Amino acid sequence: MSKFRNLVIATALTAPLAVPAFAEPFGLGRAALPEEIAAWNLDVSPDGTGLPPGSGSVADGEELFSDRCAVCHGEFAEGVDNWPKLAGGMDTLNRKDPLKTVGSYWPYLSTVWDYAHRSMPFGNAQTLSADETYAIVAYIIYSNDLVDDDFVLSNENFLEVEMPNADGFIVDDRETVEYPEFSKPACMENCKESVEITAHATVLDVTPNDPNDDAPAAEAPATDAPAEEAAAPAAEAATEVAAAAPAEVDPALVAAGETVFKKCKACHKIGEGAKHATGPSLNGVVGRKAGGADGFKYSPAMIAAGEGGMVWDHETIGAYLKDPKGFVPKNKMSFAGLKKDDDVAAVLAYIEATGQ
Amino acid sequence: MDEKERESSGLAMGRRGFLRAGAAAGALVTGAGAARAEGPDPLITEVQPWATGFGDGVDATPYGLPIKYEADVVRRNVGWLTADVISSINFTPIHALEGTITPQGCAFERHHSGAIEMRKEDYRLMIHGLVDRPLVFTYEDLERFPRVNQTYFLECAANSGMEWAGAQLNGVQFTQGMIHNMEYTGVTLRTLLEEAGVQTAGKWVYVEGADASSNGRSIPIEKALDDCLIAFKANGEALRKEHGYPVRLCVPGWEGNMWVKWLRRIEVMEGPVESREETSKYTDTLEDGTSRKWTWVMDAKSVITSPSPQMPIKHGNGPLVITGLAWSGRGAITKVDVSLDGGKNWKEARLANPGQPMALTRFYLDINWQGEEMLLQARATDDTGYVQPTKDQLRAIRGENSVYHNNAIQTWWVKSNGEAENVEVS
Repeated sequence: MSKFRNLVIATALTAPLAVPAFAEPFGLGRAALPEEIAAWNLDVSPDGTGLPPGSGSVADGEELFSDRCAVCHGEFAEGVDNWPKLAGGMDTLNRKDPLKTVGSYWPYLSTVWDYAHRSMPFGNAQTLSADETYAIVAYIIYSNDLVDDDFVLSNENFLEVEMPNADGFIVDDRETVEYPEFSKPACMENCKESVEITAHATVLDVTPNDPNDDAPAAEAPATDAPAEEAAAPAAEAATEVAAAAPAEVDPALVAAGETVFKKCKACHKIGEGAKHATGPSLNGVVGRKAGGADGFKYSPAMIAAGEGGMVWDHETIGAYLKDPKGFVPKNKMSFAGLKKDDDVAAVLAYIEATGQ
Repeated sequence: MDEKERESSGLAMGRRGFLRAGAAAGALVTGAGAARAEGPDPLITEVQPWATGFGDGVDATPYGLPIKYEADVVRRNVGWLTADVISSINFTPIHALEGTITPQGCAFERHHSGAIEMRKEDYRLMIHGLVDRPLVFTYEDLERFPRVNQTYFLECAANSGMEWAGAQLNGVQFTQGMIHNMEYTGVTLRTLLEEAGVQTAGKWVYVEGADASSNGRSIPIEKALDDCLIAFKANGEALRKEHGYPVRLCVPGWEGNMWVKWLRRIEVMEGPVESREETSKYTDTLEDGTSRKWTWVMDAKSVITSPSPQMPIKHGNGPLVITGLAWSGRGAITKVDVSLDGGKNWKEARLANPGQPMALTRFYLDINWQGEEMLLQARATDDTGYVQPTKDQLRAIRGENSVYHNNAIQTWWVKSNGEAENVEVS
């Protein structure tokens, strides 16, 4: 009788629930070859372990992102419909319904690289080369205003990128914070004075009635809540935005605006002969009623804004550029907004100068 | 046998027979007092088709599905929750199930890149990293290690996540249905780690699936060597495709995302990978904006599965069985209390069986209901002495921006007509 069979019998008697340590290996399996380990061992750790040599620029990343990622994540990493938003949300973590993106939430850049390289693009995973991944990651952090547009990310400078929420995490502290509180003897009688119903699920009426229920996301209250982020219906958090002050036409500012406008021109045409595209033509937008360009199909929200008296002027365009979703909630422009006041002022100058 | 054949063999219940049966069932709805029938029950006095003809022969269905009358006991999705069913979740019909074992066919699914089809013959499991012997195992290799059988619950960390900020979904399937409980057969992770020989520098294992999502999680070596299980059977049969066929990991008591399906790789490491699923997801943001990470354990929780919004009381006044499920990721359930008045007074429920560590426990409270409104709640206690908190207790500590780990007490408002609604109470 073999030695290990004896062992199994002996240990089975003493520990029926788990198989305890065996003195020596069973000799099962075979050695993993270095090539095999290399093929599967792709994970990247926060200290950069696992990063292959390579590099990629924001500019290359923009193109790749548009090709490979934007169909779900949006041209500006702002997320289409219910797909994850990768940019924006800075300083929202302590507010109601925080927006968790690479910029606002993810603590390690290694995670972005690892996930993009190993698990993306959705439906075509593990097809990005190392250089392509560096470029896409560079574009994502550019979209979060963490680097400038001439930035090139590589394995050399990878650890130099500072993630805004790197220090935003603590290790699970339920054991000290919650368990003592929740381990007090349970009350059995007269545990409270009165009991009132404070909330009803039927008020929201979002429960599927049918196994095949497939209500479109746009009609649901919790549009920003994929399963792992499922939260209560998002409140409309229209933030106050300080509009850029009116200014004299400044050629340098207009030129700067033309550069920033690259972010807009995938959807918006402006200048001679500009027609409606994904977004309305911006010719004549200044002084126009919101939702007022003939022949463009606006969201109900934008039409309502116009009917409510909103007119596009220096102030309203500025506020809208800064925070499209906050300024006109539920409008359909899928753009996260310009974070820098300088960019807002520049684009305003460009639109005012060009869109006559 | 299809419907046509059944009819030709005289088996199908005739239309008239069906209507009569329906009328008889309808009479019961008016309450226990109606138990005294107004006239003889034709289901008794008339010879029914099933009592005179044949049923299906053996092999009519080599692998059977539930009878068609139970067709509504199915997993359900909430379409608006996710962008696409490929990376999504559905919910176990816990309102309609009994006992504690969840049949695989209706146990909730969570995929990040769809449920893949992999043959056993194509299965490979690699252990590498800080080990003496990096190894590759086939499925057959796994079958040759000493086996264990264990029953564990698996709960998604986001179970009840939609309820943080208020009552939202009106059905226990949706509010607490990201859970299942199965008897697994497999090999302990410890056995495989010892086969490879963990080096002393190895403090974590990173486990990864073979599907396109490469879902991977970091697990401290202590847990890996404690009770983790590499499972290839569930409830006596092969894992279903949607549960990770041919091999998945079980991480008893810890959040479901760590139970990697289609497990293909175990890397012994010095530190955690901090993968997407353990940083950007499955972390818990507190009111001040800081977030807890590594919140692996699922705390004690219970819920009444019937009556509930999907299981209204239809039988009228009299005996009523209140039942539900309780579980704890930190041990065994020792006690479940039930309140009929929204948490003012509590009665100890009867456990169907003694609680088992990190597995579902069924409880009952048998009452005589006289049509009074009830605010039903259940409250679990586990063998660490932890008592399931209220939603307000959790909110007081965590705020309202959490998504995961909502193990709060659930309230069902049962109205005098027997219907129930998901509510919150003061």
